[in-house]
Amino acid sequence: MAVIPFLICFPLAVAVLMYCIRANKIRNFIAYCSVIAIMTGVAVLTVQWCIGGMQPINLYVETEMVDHIILAGELALMVIVTILCFIHRKYWISLLSIAPTLLIAYAELFGPKVEALSHIRVDRLSVLMCIIIAVIGGLIIVYAVGYMHGYAHHHTEFADRRYYFFMLLFLFLGAMFGFVLSDSLLWIVLFWETTSVCSFLLIGYTQEPIAVQNSFRALWMNLLGGVGLTVGVVYFMYEGHSVSLFHLVNQGIFGTRFTIIPIAMISFAALTKAAQMPFSSWLMGAMVAPTPSSALLHSATMVKAGIYILIRLSPALSGTHTGNMVSFVGGFTFLVASIMAIAQTDAKKVLAFSTISNLGLMTACCGVGTPETTWACVFLMLFHAISKSLLFQDVGATENSMHTRDIEEFHGLLYRLPKLAVFQFIGIAGMFLAPFGMLISKWSALKASVDERNIVLVLFIIFGSATTSFYWTKWMGKLIAHSRPIPIKDITKKNENISLTVHAVLMLLLCVLFPALSRGYVDPMIVELYGRREDVLPMALLYTLVIVICMVFAVPAVAHFVNSKQEMNVKPSYMNGINVGDNRFFVDSLGEEKRLYMTNYYFAHKIGQRKLMIPSQLISMAVIVVTLCIIVGGALV
Amino acid sequence: MAKIHKSPWLLHYDGSSCNGCDIEVLATLTPVYDAERFGVENTGDPMQADILLITGGINSQNQPVVKQLYDQMPRPKVVVAVGVCACTGGIFKECYNILGGADTTIPVDIYVPGCAARPEAIIDGIVKAVALFEERSEEHDALRHEKKHGQLTPEEYIRKAEENSRASEEAAETKAIDVDKNQIHGNITGELTGHTMNKLRHIGKGKR
Amino acid sequence: MIQTDSILTKVIFVAAYILLAPLIGGLLAGIDRKISARMQRRIGPPILQPFYDVHKLWHKQVIAVEKAQSWFLMTYLILMIFTGAMMFSGTDILMCFFVLSTAAAFLFFAAMVTNSPYGYIGAQRELLQIMAYEPSILMTCVGFYLVAHSFEVSKIVAGPVSRILYLPGFFAAFVFSLTIKLRKSPFDTSASRHPHQELVKGLTTEMGARNLAIFEIAEWYETVFLCGVVAMFILNTSWVSIPVAILVILAVFFLEILIDNTNARVKWQSMLLISWVVTLVGGGVNLLILMLVR
Repeated sequence: MAVIPFLICFPLAVAVLMYCIRANKIRNFIAYCSVIAIMTGVAVLTVQWCIGGMQPINLYVETEMVDHIILAGELALMVIVTILCFIHRKYWISLLSIAPTLLIAYAELFGPKVEALSHIRVDRLSVLMCIIIAVIGGLIIVYAVGYMHGYAHHHTEFADRRYYFFMLLFLFLGAMFGFVLSDSLLWIVLFWETTSVCSFLLIGYTQEPIAVQNSFRALWMNLLGGVGLTVGVVYFMYEGHSVSLFHLVNQGIFGTRFTIIPIAMISFAALTKAAQMPFSSWLMGAMVAPTPSSALLHSATMVKAGIYILIRLSPALSGTHTGNMVSFVGGFTFLVASIMAIAQTDAKKVLAFSTISNLGLMTACCGVGTPETTWACVFLMLFHAISKSLLFQDVGATENSMHTRDIEEFHGLLYRLPKLAVFQFIGIAGMFLAPFGMLISKWSALKASVDERNIVLVLFIIFGSATTSFYWTKWMGKLIAHSRPIPIKDITKKNENISLTVHAVLMLLLCVLFPALSRGYVDPMIVELYGRREDVLPMALLYTLVIVICMVFAVPAVAHFVNSKQEMNVKPSYMNGINVGDNRFFVDSLGEEKRLYMTNYYFAHKIGQRKLMIPSQLISMAVIVVTLCIIVGGALV
Repeated sequence: MAKIHKSPWLLHYDGSSCNGCDIEVLATLTPVYDAERFGVENTGDPMQADILLITGGINSQNQPVVKQLYDQMPRPKVVVAVGVCACTGGIFKECYNILGGADTTIPVDIYVPGCAARPEAIIDGIVKAVALFEERSEEHDALRHEKKHGQLTPEEYIRKAEENSRASEEAAETKAIDVDKNQIHGNITGELTGHTMNKLRHIGKGKR
Repeated sequence: MIQTDSILTKVIFVAAYILLAPLIGGLLAGIDRKISARMQRRIGPPILQPFYDVHKLWHKQVIAVEKAQSWFLMTYLILMIFTGAMMFSGTDILMCFFVLSTAAAFLFFAAMVTNSPYGYIGAQRELLQIMAYEPSILMTCVGFYLVAHSFEVSKIVAGPVSRILYLPGFFAAFVFSLTIKLRKSPFDTSASRHPHQELVKGLTTEMGARNLAIFEIAEWYETVFLCGVVAMFILNTSWVSIPVAILVILAVFFLEILIDNTNARVKWQSMLLISWVVTLVGGGVNLLILMLVR
């Protein structure tokens, strides 16, 4: 399995190359080659693991040298963060980095001896995550090459630091691979902090005042999570004499005393990483970064790091206080973020809120901690990763061509930028339309919440799904409204198109194949995590699902066939008789032509971010603080 | 199959009237006169309407509007001009802005004079319109049948369809006079003539 | 009672639904108009009037504002038929409602694609209506699951006693949302059905002759489907429950007509608030009690 160190270290090496090479064409070429190499690496890993029987593999027990490198890496991160904080005069944030790093250094060097267990674990979940990171991350990097070219030419007010941007993207990829493949909590801490720092640096890319401000907000929230993570890890080291995540979860399933605090603190860290309430504002602020970073970090991969950890922890969360806290915060975020999404007109902000909302649903699923909800969470994660990445890339490409990303300007996009509009349509449809992934996950989550008698979560899911469908459907409707507009020149580059097309195809494939995927891959994954055999989806439902999927694809096709053969007389739309004739203008009472404008409902003054964010943050903060106090108090006493 | 077109839907448009006839039209749809028992429904949407009830005269501002509304209605369609203003321009005929009755713009099939036209007369007009609508529907079905079986070219089809939707001059005259006679008696004396009363009794018994 | 598990019964039920539902739905619509007329001291149209309407619409000149609209409406119709077929074949009720929500999305698209002002506002209000009734519908499924331990229709109707005895709050919330779904005043904000007009014809403004006929037929299928869900509350293993279910359906239908004729349309803000409060209180309290007791 030599491919594993390759996957972690190769992107780091490429990152250095990216920084050093300033000639764009050469650097782009190297980027393409590296992406192909990374995808090949993951393919090799998957094949090797499949040949080995798809069993979990634990590797690398003796790793003294590497442990020291990891520690050095953490210290390096601390230094970078401290320097940057001092430069920008945010002194207190450096404390958030210094304290946990020193703590963990002390614990590693002078702390108790821990039993040597494997440091790398390859099982179904890690392989799935690796595939997601490689495929989606790789495609986004391909997209970013074209996008940043247009971005640099359009935004000449920002310094063109593309080499820096790509360095950070590759550094991030390497860190994510390390993160999902590690079993040692000490290694996980390093990779966690690396992703936080990458995100911080990427948000501040344009170096505008608002970008700097938002980047520091993202930094302190993620570092706060890092503090929680470190405290949990160190506690586990001292009390449990181990740093193995696998060991922690196993002990946690039995409810061993010393696992309660680590699991609580790690869950708290996951909540900050996944931008749950009250930590959602960093993700909203991260939208000022260029689109590829929004697509990669802030929807498809980095925030999924928090979810990944929660999925690992979920067997240990069921029925505990921590689990209740996580499921409440998740469900609450799901509902509140989807309400706030209704009030947004900026497409990227809508996507950000919907990311937070979906992450909330995933978090809630993990918090409940049953096989069904974890199954639902895995599928939600899969669907969300592909479709959100597709949507972000598409909105970025549309913005490049139209110079706006206001949804109101997307009216009739199907007739102005047809390809991009179709991709948007596919992405949104994959997000919430039955019977695709989101909906079956909701089915499973609802069923499991009722089984667990978690009435609050049931209410959150019910009301949240109503509000979710509202903002998605109204966006979709806007795209297809036939307003006979003037077409726009589509300046999307070829590599952007490649990435978008592959994403759309993957989305469709996933929609069609997911019953097979469930049976063949995810069900056994749940067995691995929970250690017991259970059929998450009853067979009858699977059959029904397959039939429904076929219908939802076949019916429009049949309807189109029937419809295209019909002769139809076209009439102007009804405007009380004052339609000028092209459905775009009408005649006013003075005989002049007036343009017809129609907008969606937004209700910004009632349910917008300004109104709802602060109360939601207060409520969720109260719940977290109270629950943590109960947990810590109960575990220590 | 072609006989069961018992669902005439109205579109009521007011040109440049004093609203007297409009109120009478609305009264026709109220429970006292209840035009709905014939399946009449006052839809406001020309694309779903069969019968266009026009009140009020045509001026230069509403002429294109009336034309557009008429064009938006799908065939087969019938036009009923209610009130003298819609028939000929009425009391406002000599005004500088009034171009005349509805037939200056669109082909009118049935004229219901009166100032204001009484609900009984309007129902009379609607009943005649329904009969004419049934006739037109049968012609439309026959035409479509011919087209479907390739006996007509598309141009012939359109030409014939347009012809059918215009009333022939004589037919219009006859209908106008018919109603007119009843109207003269009905309106001036304020009572219903025996003729109209009989008709209403028949209608009430459910015979169409 | 009836052996609902065999393939043959399923096929018979589904075929019966597909063939008979438009007839039953149309009759119900006609009875609706007749009773409304009588309540208003009128005579009203004959009971078969909806069939005459659809027949006439079908034979008119085919017009459209936008060619794609017929496609969306056709998809809406077929998905609606499919929803009902799913339910009558006894599968998962939650899935049925999810497919119904997809069908509703296609109706929304059909109205939006024409870019007409009235259709647009009607479509937006339709979305608000969906947002208003969706919690209640999901609540209903949750209630069924709690008492029957399954989402399957065939298991829900095969209980020892009628489910409504455990689910009165859910039933009330569901009937409340029926007012929205059946497009009855005070909650008919989106389509302004006869005899009201607000946004001309709201959602259906740009649906000319044949498209409107397709819409009407889909509405009939939906009515029968919803009546089926009402019946699910009543049916149990004894054969007496069948006539009782029919009576309850007719009573609920009459109640809806009564509500329609005695209430004025409310603003969508009120509709949203009231229906969510009713769902929360009626469904939520029932849910709480059930969860604690079972």
